[in-house]
Amino acid sequence: MNIIQIILILLVAGIAGMGSVLDEAQTHRPLVACTLIGLILGDVKTGIILGGTLEMMALGWMNVGLAMAPDTALASVISTLLVINTHTSIGEGIAIAVPLAAAGQALTIFVRTIVVFFVHKGDDYAQKGNYRAIEWMHVIALGLQALRVMIPTGIVLALSTSAVEGVLKSIPTVITGGLQIGGGIIVVVGYAMVINMMDVPELKPFFYLGFLFAAFTKFNLVGFGGLGLILALLYLQLEYSGKNNGSQAAVASAGSNRQSNNSADDDLDDDLDD
Amino acid sequence: MQTTQTGKNKVALTNKDLNSMFFRSLFLLGSFNFERAQNMGFCFVMIPAIKRLYKPGKERNEALARHMEWFNTHPWLTAPIFGVTAAMEEEKANTGKVDETAIAAMKIGLMGPLAGVGDPLFWGTSRPVLAALGAGIAMTGSIIGPLLFFVLINAIRLTCKWYFLRYGYTKGSEIIQDMAGGRIKKLTEGASIVGLFVMGALVSKWTTINIPIVATKINGKTQTVQDILDSVMPGMLALILTLFVSWLLKKGVNPLLIIFAIFGLGILGKWLGFLG
Repeated sequence: MNIIQIILILLVAGIAGMGSVLDEAQTHRPLVACTLIGLILGDVKTGIILGGTLEMMALGWMNVGLAMAPDTALASVISTLLVINTHTSIGEGIAIAVPLAAAGQALTIFVRTIVVFFVHKGDDYAQKGNYRAIEWMHVIALGLQALRVMIPTGIVLALSTSAVEGVLKSIPTVITGGLQIGGGIIVVVGYAMVINMMDVPELKPFFYLGFLFAAFTKFNLVGFGGLGLILALLYLQLEYSGKNNGSQAAVASAGSNRQSNNSADDDLDDDLDD
Repeated sequence: MQTTQTGKNKVALTNKDLNSMFFRSLFLLGSFNFERAQNMGFCFVMIPAIKRLYKPGKERNEALARHMEWFNTHPWLTAPIFGVTAAMEEEKANTGKVDETAIAAMKIGLMGPLAGVGDPLFWGTSRPVLAALGAGIAMTGSIIGPLLFFVLINAIRLTCKWYFLRYGYTKGSEIIQDMAGGRIKKLTEGASIVGLFVMGALVSKWTTINIPIVATKINGKTQTVQDILDSVMPGMLALILTLFVSWLLKKGVNPLLIIFAIFGLGILGKWLGFLG
């Protein structure tokens, strides 16, 4: 690895770290972050495959309300780095990625707590009309989120490859094999998170319908997307044909807060009841 | 003291101000914090408008302070809220007819329903569907997978953020009526249907559980437990497990704990040979 590669890796680590809090361009998703690291290290194919595998595992990991998902940024960057540099298997990549996702989550929670201090400074600046300083507080907070991935990545880069390789190679196959099996099953946690978010009893049959269709047909994902869209349109046409007065209560009642993940769902339930 | 302007020198936001707000809104969550969530981000996005509308002084300071209040919604659907807030601030600066409470109430009133539609629409449907599509291609080692995901998801995001900011600004408080008209509920339901349907398909197609224990041996042909389960209904175990995890999550069990438990199960299964 040369100095340019190290700089680029740290840059990607920073971008992924910022992406993780911003949740905008999705640079923190394994599909993007792993690919970029692979590209820098000259083994883009491994990066893409690891990214795809981790992405499937993390499909439903999302930040809803104040709840924090496991962190894909730190997991993607460091696991790709280790898999490519030490020539280990994708299975071992998964094995490292999961504890890293937990560590990354802990780090981002830590940063999001520290930012409270900058927000209080922001309050003071607002009183004085110093908008420049508020902008700086915001940017510094974002910078901390970049650092929380850059610093651990830098530490991993500083360790000698052979030392890391030694540790990875010493993991017994029953563990790596077991983790690979777990990786195939773990996706259900993501699905469950997505399902819970859209937990409206009236719409639950569509979940089972999708399951049955997939179990007994050979549709691919594009087919399922299209079919789902058509079903949604049909349902809405039938549901709303004839009655035009929808939910006046939606705006009024839903306003209060978003502290719990379920508040929006509850409102929807309320609406459906009337 | 500087009071409201007369009708002659009306202040209005320029196109440049709106562009600047759009650009800043791409960094909204930078200062996300556990005390007031997206508050400083909201203020950060509003600064170009506040600078245009209020001269330095008490009114500007108050404007900055009122956008430091608690705020949290889906980051991509903040765009219409920024639009409406900008329109209301403009009205306040020019006529003084809009008061602080109205602005705060509108922000709070919109953030609930918009999170309610944004979470299923983007986190529940667009992103997992595109990510699963991309990941499927990526696992064959093709760059098309990541590119497809990145380009499509960002096209959706930027279009929404760009369009709804202007929509919110032009329509102003009309948008609240618009949302009460039931359109938003339809969108939420529609997105949830697509999301749930595709999730159902993913549970069956993309979960790999294999129980290689030999169940029967007839005429040299072995049948594993998995073969039998598949002949009843493919993906049955995945469905049961998904529903179980969904139930656990509703009970408030930490997802990371569940993830670690599943990995533990994987290792145990490998060791004892009941999973493969």
